[in-house]
Amino acid sequence: MTVAVDTKYDLQSKIEEIVGEYGAKSTALIMILQDVQKHYRYLPEEALRAVAKTMKLPLAQIYGVATFYRAFTLKPKGRNHICVCTGTACHVRQAVVIVDKLERDLGITPGETTADGEVSLETVNCLGACALGPLVTANGIYYGNMTVTKVERMLSEVLHKKHDSDTTEEAA
Amino acid sequence: MSTNRLLSQAELVALKERLEKNRNANKTVVTVCAGTGCMACGCDAVLKTFHEEREKDRLENEVEIKATGCHGFCERGPLVVVHPLGVFYQRVKSADAKLIWEQTVNGGHLVNKLLYRDPQSNQIITKEKDIPFYKKQMRIIFGKNGFMDPTAINDYILLGGYLALATALTKMTPEQIIGDIKKSGLRGRGGGGFPTGKKWATCRAVKVDPKYVICNADEGDPGAFMDRSLLEGNPHQVIEGMMIGAYAIGSHEGFVYVRNEYPLAVKNLTIAIKAARDYGLLGENILGTGFNFDIETSRGGGAFVCGESTALMASLEGKVGEPRAKYIHTVESGLWDKPSNLNNVETWANVPLIIERGADWFASIGTENSKGTKVFALTGRVNNTGLVEVPMGITLREILYDIGGGVPRGKRFKAVQTGGPSGGTLIVEVAEPKIHASMVAHGDIRDEDEAVSLLDLPIDFDELTRAGSMMGSGGMIVMDEDSCMVDVARYFIHFLTEEGCGKCVPCREGLVVMLNILRKISEGKGTIEDIEYLEELSQVIIDTSLCQLGGSAPNPVLSTIRYFRQEYLAHVIDKRCPAGVCKDLVSHVIDNTCNGCHACLKSCPTNAIVGEPKRLHYIIQDKCIQCGACYQICRYNSIKRIKRGEGDKLQERARELWQPPLKKVPAEVA
Repeated sequence: MTVAVDTKYDLQSKIEEIVGEYGAKSTALIMILQDVQKHYRYLPEEALRAVAKTMKLPLAQIYGVATFYRAFTLKPKGRNHICVCTGTACHVRQAVVIVDKLERDLGITPGETTADGEVSLETVNCLGACALGPLVTANGIYYGNMTVTKVERMLSEVLHKKHDSDTTEEAA
Repeated sequence: MSTNRLLSQAELVALKERLEKNRNANKTVVTVCAGTGCMACGCDAVLKTFHEEREKDRLENEVEIKATGCHGFCERGPLVVVHPLGVFYQRVKSADAKLIWEQTVNGGHLVNKLLYRDPQSNQIITKEKDIPFYKKQMRIIFGKNGFMDPTAINDYILLGGYLALATALTKMTPEQIIGDIKKSGLRGRGGGGFPTGKKWATCRAVKVDPKYVICNADEGDPGAFMDRSLLEGNPHQVIEGMMIGAYAIGSHEGFVYVRNEYPLAVKNLTIAIKAARDYGLLGENILGTGFNFDIETSRGGGAFVCGESTALMASLEGKVGEPRAKYIHTVESGLWDKPSNLNNVETWANVPLIIERGADWFASIGTENSKGTKVFALTGRVNNTGLVEVPMGITLREILYDIGGGVPRGKRFKAVQTGGPSGGTLIVEVAEPKIHASMVAHGDIRDEDEAVSLLDLPIDFDELTRAGSMMGSGGMIVMDEDSCMVDVARYFIHFLTEEGCGKCVPCREGLVVMLNILRKISEGKGTIEDIEYLEELSQVIIDTSLCQLGGSAPNPVLSTIRYFRQEYLAHVIDKRCPAGVCKDLVSHVIDNTCNGCHACLKSCPTNAIVGEPKRLHYIIQDKCIQCGACYQICRYNSIKRIKRGEGDKLQERARELWQPPLKKVPAEVA
């Protein structure tokens, strides 16, 4: 599944809506891009152009910011987002084993998305819940004290939930 | 304009008195910790159960349910405290909440199975303050955390909040405030330890308008989460501190730069700012004193370098977060080239306490040159992980043993890492020296008397720097015998190569070279010269980098070489990883303590583990990819990590002991 970018008209009005929330000032640029990314699950080129136009900022600055900060991606992300914390506390509690396990099970390395667009795998430097390490978040839900067996349970939960939302979407 | 506005100090005091009068001290209050840690353990379900039970019993007027900020004891979450009894329950699940409601809230009895049991004495402890984890702590910054709902400004006012601000605005001149902060000896809690009062005074002296105050909540250090916890649990205290600082410096605009990875902190801070505006505590003519001040929040983009003050300011301006040379001080020319005073969350949170209780009180806590308390995030291989607030000068031994409760699974402490990726790793306990003959021959073994333990090191800014580390923002990551120091150094340098901004050459290129050498060593391909080269290169990077990120980046390497040179030598000469972490140097084997529980067999991704239930298992060495999954899962410490190549013989022996029927022996082994 590819992430559909709205038609040009919709995109422009969506960007204007997001920019309007903060005002077209450069202090808000990072937050605006965060919201754009939240909406499209990545930063499409058209959206960056629209942000530049709306905020009257050079596209180069926006591209610079979009590629400098770790939180932004120019490639589409999957529908499910799995994130392994590899902060120091998680590292000494063997987060590597968890990353290896997910790599094997999903067939992708961190930063990649499965071919069917279902799952993206990422690592993050610290989620600040170090007491629960190794820590994984799946679609924003925290899974603490992870082991390889818990990863399997988590994966099936995540993929199962996907089916749930599918059916509700169909019902709606 | 809102009708809730407090127009004077008298109105604030009147509000506090009104709240006190309306409060029923005997009313039962059930507090549930709702910090990110407990949230991840399922405190939402616990809260929901309490609300359902209350509704069922129609006790809305008699019992109050509060979702509070972090209590710090994250290891035991979700935490529930029932006031006024003060009973402390830990690891509460939603079904347990029902039990607490029936037994304690309705019946006044204790639920024994949810109380804390001291692992050493096996005694049950009912009150929070009596638990060893809290006993040695001095919770002043976090003092209000467990008692207030962070989203309710009235809770904060009831506990005396904003009175320090009122005192500062009505009874003190800016110079007096700066004088008090100087006298208190408060030093920046973000890591550098620069005297806060001095910083403020310099910023005040600059005659340029406008000036900005900035709160650095871009807590990028992995393993540190005190800033997150403060913003989540008591955002008003940080806001109040910023306001006092702004008044002292002469600023009318403030910014909080907070990580986007901390959604709850962003949410609670936003609610708090709105509530403060509603009361007229932010905005124009605050408390009728003519002082104007407002705060904006800005969410960060997840770059570690943005914790550096000049990079943070560039990021606030909506630019790429690159630091600049430090000879232009930000207090003179910072955000938009205006004087900008940046302090860390914890520093700001200290300010109202100093104004409220006096500089002398604050200066009475701590050591000669480091005053007050410091919050540490105690994590890693220690029993009681969580946030601990301790007076400066406390020893590592007290933190690790008395508060931390020792190492899990009966292992040995090895090292403590403080100061984040640019900090250092300190030796804690000296392991038995395992000096290989070939290592002695090289004459590169350090003197015996140099192999000291730093367990009794008093923790303050200067002592940590002397020991080769730094305070940093307060992450304290404990490592035990299972942590490899070469791997730790490699981890941090890898982190810094990814997080560096790439502006200056020594940091950008030098760190990559260091990383390659460390990789080589961890693969068993290193030489003695590599270690010397690492030390030399480190010095060059320290001397020539543009900002403090680069300037302190080699610290993890230097400190591990300083305290754990033997471990480097073991990798280089003996081609052995003593901790069994470096994959290329290790073989996983099962020893004869295996009881055949089958757990490892199920976890093995390559089916390298063979064995029948309840019989000794063994690992087929050719199939094993050294992923460590079995090591992590084994509850009986039966999996051992030994020198690569020595596994075959051992496992052959295990196979003999197992004595399987011949037909079941897999082809690979036979």
